[in-house]
Amino acid sequence: MRRYFGRKLFTYLITFFVAATIDWLIPRFMPGDPIAVLVTKTNILSPTQAQRMVEYYTQLFGLDKPMPVQYLNFWTSLLHGNLGLSIYGNGTPVIDMIMAAVPYTLALLVPAILLSWWAGNSFGALAARRKWLDNTVLPVGYILTATPYMWLALVLSFLLAFSFRMFPLSGGYGFNLEPTLTWLFFTDLVAHWVLPFLSLFLVMFGGWAIGMRNMIIYELESDYSRYLASLGAPQSLIRKYAFRNAMLPQITGLALQLGVIVAGSLVTEIVFAYPGLGHLVFAAIQNQDYFLLQGIFLFIIIGVLLANFIVDIVYVLVDPRVRVAMRGGTA
Amino acid sequence: MQLGKTRVVALLAVVAIAASACGGSTATPTVAAPGATTGATPAPVATPATTPAAAAVNGTLPPTDTTVYPRAETLYTSGKQWGAPSTWNPFDSNMAMGVVGLQYETLFLYDPIKDAYTPWLASGGSWDSAKTTYTINVRQGVKWSDGTALTAADVAFSLNIYQNAALGSNLFTIVDKVVASGNNVVVTFKGTPAYQEFSSALYNDPIVPAAIWTAKNDANILKFLNQGGVGSGPYTYKTAAQDRMVWVKNPTWWATAALSLTVKPTYVVDIVNSSNNAALGELLSGGLDLDNNYLPGIAQIVNGGYGVTTYFAAAPYMLGGNTAWLVPNTKKAPLNDPAFRRALAEAIDPNNVVVKDYGNIVAKADPTGLLPVWSKYIDTAQVTSLGATFDATKAKADLAAAGYKLGSDGFVTNKDGTAIKLNLEVPDGWSDWMEAETLIAKDAAAAGININPTHPAYATVVNDRNGTATAAPTFDLVINNDVQIGNTPWVYYDYIFRQPQIAAGAARNRNYEQYDNAAAWALVQQLDKTPVEDTATMKTICSQLQKIQLTDEPIIPLWYNGEWSQVNNSVWTNWPSSTTNQVQPATWNGYWQMGAIYMLTNLKPVTKS
Repeated sequence: MRRYFGRKLFTYLITFFVAATIDWLIPRFMPGDPIAVLVTKTNILSPTQAQRMVEYYTQLFGLDKPMPVQYLNFWTSLLHGNLGLSIYGNGTPVIDMIMAAVPYTLALLVPAILLSWWAGNSFGALAARRKWLDNTVLPVGYILTATPYMWLALVLSFLLAFSFRMFPLSGGYGFNLEPTLTWLFFTDLVAHWVLPFLSLFLVMFGGWAIGMRNMIIYELESDYSRYLASLGAPQSLIRKYAFRNAMLPQITGLALQLGVIVAGSLVTEIVFAYPGLGHLVFAAIQNQDYFLLQGIFLFIIIGVLLANFIVDIVYVLVDPRVRVAMRGGTA
Repeated sequence: MQLGKTRVVALLAVVAIAASACGGSTATPTVAAPGATTGATPAPVATPATTPAAAAVNGTLPPTDTTVYPRAETLYTSGKQWGAPSTWNPFDSNMAMGVVGLQYETLFLYDPIKDAYTPWLASGGSWDSAKTTYTINVRQGVKWSDGTALTAADVAFSLNIYQNAALGSNLFTIVDKVVASGNNVVVTFKGTPAYQEFSSALYNDPIVPAAIWTAKNDANILKFLNQGGVGSGPYTYKTAAQDRMVWVKNPTWWATAALSLTVKPTYVVDIVNSSNNAALGELLSGGLDLDNNYLPGIAQIVNGGYGVTTYFAAAPYMLGGNTAWLVPNTKKAPLNDPAFRRALAEAIDPNNVVVKDYGNIVAKADPTGLLPVWSKYIDTAQVTSLGATFDATKAKADLAAAGYKLGSDGFVTNKDGTAIKLNLEVPDGWSDWMEAETLIAKDAAAAGININPTHPAYATVVNDRNGTATAAPTFDLVINNDVQIGNTPWVYYDYIFRQPQIAAGAARNRNYEQYDNAAAWALVQQLDKTPVEDTATMKTICSQLQKIQLTDEPIIPLWYNGEWSQVNNSVWTNWPSSTTNQVQPATWNGYWQMGAIYMLTNLKPVTKS
């Protein structure tokens, strides 16, 4: 068991190292000079003032040092927990900007992933048994899973927010409120959360429903199910065993889905101007903010690797064959 | 089954641990403003504010509970803030909306429509008879928001702060000494005063409390974020988040007693720009009162019965805030030939852009490029005789006369026979300019000039236009509108003719076309040293500058880019308009001190019948 997890951890560390290096490289491939963009956008009257700003920011962000030195600085500061200063935020520490945005993104992603996974699998399993449900869930599922996140977000925003005024158009919480521990603020927060959540939930739900439905049907056709049926076991018992076996690819799929859903949440947050990480990434790209982009991508890398690691643990807990294999491996 | 249950419990435990480790509480996120804590620590259950509207209007009572802003007392704006508010330092041009104007104020206001200066924190100012010393009379009875008095020492300090090299100001290349004396501040100059530049400082430089800023006046002055600072203006800092900036009324504002002025909204909430369609949606549904974004199709909306109005009720709907110029790189052939540039100016019809692209919400620029507020400095007779007007046939004739032969593909070639293909660059995403450049290219093609419209990323355009530390500017043509309206056309002539050329790189922000004309620059410096009251001399110098500009065409004026401003009249009314309330309707930097502050004092809440 320890060797299994040790090996896993080692793989993850290598992945992290490579991903972090690529993460550091990518913003630097963007054309243009971020300091020039920052200075030009401020429309300074006097050229001496502009020159001073250029010097100040170049020195502040360490962009005048050669690339290998910048790379080493990146790792040194990363190991100190310092993700650098944001150009877009005029020198605000990147970690502060990310921490302000993370709660919103997690509030969207975690419920959306877990609820859609649970609901999708339940519906899929049900659909595998009932023909009439199968005839409705399957086409709806296909349509939903093929829908681009952004398009669904726009449709929901137009219908439910603009036309029917059921939910707010944009933002994390109302512009007339400040964050306080009141019922009013909490309901407002939830109201702003519903539409972005739905945009993510619905698309993922479709995918899981179809996947589970196919897996259940496959399991119900397998040898052990037929054997159990021939022994006279009740349908519910067969279904229970089939469900457990069908879950395993779904758990793997969850791990794979995590990376995709982060991209989906990015566009959803942009449509709703929801102040999460996706919105911040968009702003960072527009403003050529190397450090903010690096920091957010690093955060996402760590998050996805961590979630994958958790799914690995869950897999071990759920599948007895893995445990037997591990014991066999260490014996 | 025992084992199954254990497994499920373990599963749940893992999920719970993961959730708590990753995200922590998601119920009430602490929205920390970048860089510092907001101080909005969760309070016990707060009751919604019921500040009487009357008290808000008179400004006598400070708001009591303040975490919910009543709609009738709140002004929602958008359009200035292109990113999260990250600094409230009035010397940092990236400062949040309203830092200078709502929180900090200037010595004078300048009204470009009336061309008049209003004493503000100064009660007056005068030159001595030799016009070499300027005395500022500091207004008495003004208090900072922390209760201390604003004195001449504060004013002197606020001007002397520009000696700090970190601010990169050139004020002390023209100013010698700033000394407080009694209730006055005396400014002496180096040599003949540069009256134009100094007059710009009088209405642009913020006055800050010396008690707080003396300690910050070192090389790190721009690192001081000044969140929640102390100012003299009508609003103080309330809160800020990634998507908003909130100001709350300062009940002890000096102008209420001294000038009988009160700002009507108790709260001003500026919303960070996300996208134009989000802004439009909010404006139409009443979530925004004032929007200073460019919204395409606003002409139809104004006439569509949505309660949305603009400064002018009909075309051009918007005031002109700056001129959009076509900037050629005069160091590259054939753009180094004035005859070619002239032909180019004659080939382009800005009316095409005005009508087809903007739907008449902008106006075609005068051939001198000077904004309408400076029309008195335009030598109209000279413009009629020398100015380039749209005439494709004449453009073709001028090209031929200058030696550019028409090739078989319908485009003219260089004098040595090589093909001419000029890249016109605008930033990607600036949809109105992207459309404009295709129209310009079409016009030019009709006259035989091959222009290729491109739209690279903003950063690339800036790089090509400015050059870098190692490479000269590589652009052919760009459209640019950097310099805004001001109190004197000197700002435009400085922009066009500045010498010496600023080194290529990020700090380059004048004379993008790299035009070298020593005589023109001498005239610009002469203009700078002309008193702002001496309009006669200014007119003469401007006329000479216009002659150079109209014959050489170093840059070509296209249209007056609008001071985009559309308002929703459902909650607040009596907005600026050309008929009643003629003040600047923009929340952009630099506009509050050009009279936009009156926009807030003139507002009237809509009373629900």
